[in-house]
Amino acid sequence: MTGYLALSYWDLVAASVFLLLNAVFSIVLDLGLTRTLIVSALRMSVQLILVGLVLKAIFFAGSLLWTLLAAAVMLAFAAREIWARQDRRLSGLWGPGLGAAAMLVAGTLVTVYALAGLIRPDPVWLPQYALPLFGMVLGNTMTGVSLGLDTLHTSLARGRREVEAQLLLGRTRWEATRPFARQALRAGFTPIINAMAATGVVSLPGMMTGQILSGVDPREAVKYQLMIMFLLGGATGLGVLGATFGSLWRMTDTRHRLRLDRLNGGSR
Amino acid sequence: MLTIRELKTPLIGPIDLTLQAGEAVAISGPSGAGKSLFLRAITDLDESSGHVALDGRERESMLAPKWRRKIAYVPAESGWWADRVQDHFTETADLSGLLQQVGLADARSWEIARLSTGERQRLALVRALQAAPQVLLLDEPTSALDPPSVTLVETLLKQQLEANRALLIVSHDPGQPERLGARHFIMDKGCLSAAPCEEATA
Repeated sequence: MTGYLALSYWDLVAASVFLLLNAVFSIVLDLGLTRTLIVSALRMSVQLILVGLVLKAIFFAGSLLWTLLAAAVMLAFAAREIWARQDRRLSGLWGPGLGAAAMLVAGTLVTVYALAGLIRPDPVWLPQYALPLFGMVLGNTMTGVSLGLDTLHTSLARGRREVEAQLLLGRTRWEATRPFARQALRAGFTPIINAMAATGVVSLPGMMTGQILSGVDPREAVKYQLMIMFLLGGATGLGVLGATFGSLWRMTDTRHRLRLDRLNGGSR
Repeated sequence: MLTIRELKTPLIGPIDLTLQAGEAVAISGPSGAGKSLFLRAITDLDESSGHVALDGRERESMLAPKWRRKIAYVPAESGWWADRVQDHFTETADLSGLLQQVGLADARSWEIARLSTGERQRLALVRALQAAPQVLLLDEPTSALDPPSVTLVETLLKQQLEANRALLIVSHDPGQPERLGARHFIMDKGCLSAAPCEEATA
């Protein structure tokens, strides 16, 4: 890692010049974006600086407990995000619980597999590896799960007649909801499929760029990136499948009824 | 054949009713009286308490899909999940005959989006009959039909009665119960009461 060039905080201020220019344009053109633009930029700065400090502390402490705690906090934020991105949600504990559980199982499985089987840092939970990896896995699984669940709940709420028509012909709850499951799975899988298709042609992935900027041989960086993409694809797939079928199981019952009464919301 | 005892949901009941094989029962009553909810409860699409049995066999002793193949319910507004008519039917031997009987002999290749309400009603009835159910629960099956089509559907229903199927029909057509030879009930505020045909039609 010889080619690494450090940035000073003044460099960052200089880098924000173009963003400030946009804010000026917004005022001149009366776009009303100035406030949100500045607020989100400030918010991002504070969040990232804090995260930097926290990560530094966790890396320095090098304790399993603190690493797990950080992972739990990340999971909680991701779960909240899944919950917030759904227009209609399962009622009760299922609402926040299902997305979190799907993400926890898929994310943990893939992260542990990668750490213990592939990267093998010493110790296995070394936060420098475990936390960024878990974060990337969570972020992608979160996007997939929230899209899948949102699509499923919206389409089921609108498609009650279609589902019940099939139930009335003596089909099972799984047969009757299959078109809806397929739609939800497709929605959940789309971002990661698109990302895999465009990676390297349209965009250089952030992690790989980061490694190259810090002096790693591009061929090595590519290997890391490929591993990450495979892991992300696998975790997203597992999470979306688990969440979709978990929700279908909850939205129907053993007498093969559609239970829209177990769904809340619907504002859009 | 079909016995209903103390059927109850939060909105309707308790309701008692017995249907013999080959018998028709007609229900009328104001909108919102719970007629459709009653049919949904029988076919187990909504949760309900009480006893519903077919030939002495409680519905809980059967898997719900099997129950619904024996007790066919055709809602007032039917659901269609594919783009074309033919994708909603299995090609059974009796399909062509049934379609012809409701005056839709070449409907197979039609698009669902272009069907009229009346065409949907008749196709939904054919779809339900294909499973050869023992009991038919029909929610206003002729409400959107022109008089010749009503006659077609009623002829088909009479055939079903002759084939020893039981028929429970919700209808606002004052002459329909008599034409089908049906016992007539009135539903109001979630409860079912017997009434002679003359009183109801007056």
